[in-house]
Amino acid sequence: MTKSVLIEKVLGKFGSLTKKQAEIVVETIFDTMKEALKKGEKIEIRGFGNFKLKNRKPRIARNPKTGVKIEVPAKRVLHFKVGKALKEEMNSK
Amino acid sequence: MTKADLVEAIFEKIGLSKKEALELIEILFDTIKQSFLEGESVKISGFGTFIVRKKAARRGRNPKTGEDIEITPRKTVTFRASSQLKAVLEKGNV
Repeated sequence: MTKSVLIEKVLGKFGSLTKKQAEIVVETIFDTMKEALKKGEKIEIRGFGNFKLKNRKPRIARNPKTGVKIEVPAKRVLHFKVGKALKEEMNSK
Repeated sequence: MTKADLVEAIFEKIGLSKKEALELIEILFDTIKQSFLEGESVKISGFGTFIVRKKAARRGRNPKTGEDIEITPRKTVTFRASSQLKAVLEKGNV
């Protein structure tokens, strides 16, 4: 499923919205989540899951082909943890 | 950040009541969930992709009792941030 299909489906379930409004709603939700993550905030969507940033320390890695050592800088990686309700729903059969 | 913050953002952006905004947020996440339940991945361009994965059965052990147990096959969802989102995260404070 892609974002455009998602917008169509949301529109189908919430009729009093124009297509444009549905687009804005969907974009706003993901943009707001993105902004929060940019600030380093954790996102908690009950029943769905959590998004959390994890810090990775800088490390020395090696190019496996040439054997040259390179420094990998510290970075933040995003981790998604499936919510309990969703996990149960997906495995209830 | 929680759903309440998303309600606030939608409320400010378009003239919907907070009740309607919350309803829409629930619809959005329920729709995504429904796709997972059907085994279908969800791709949000500019944000990332949720991928439904099947995990095979494996042997495990209860770490407390040492008892051998069978871990049943299960499904889970993983998330891969889009390159655009990754770029945004890199720019933040490390």
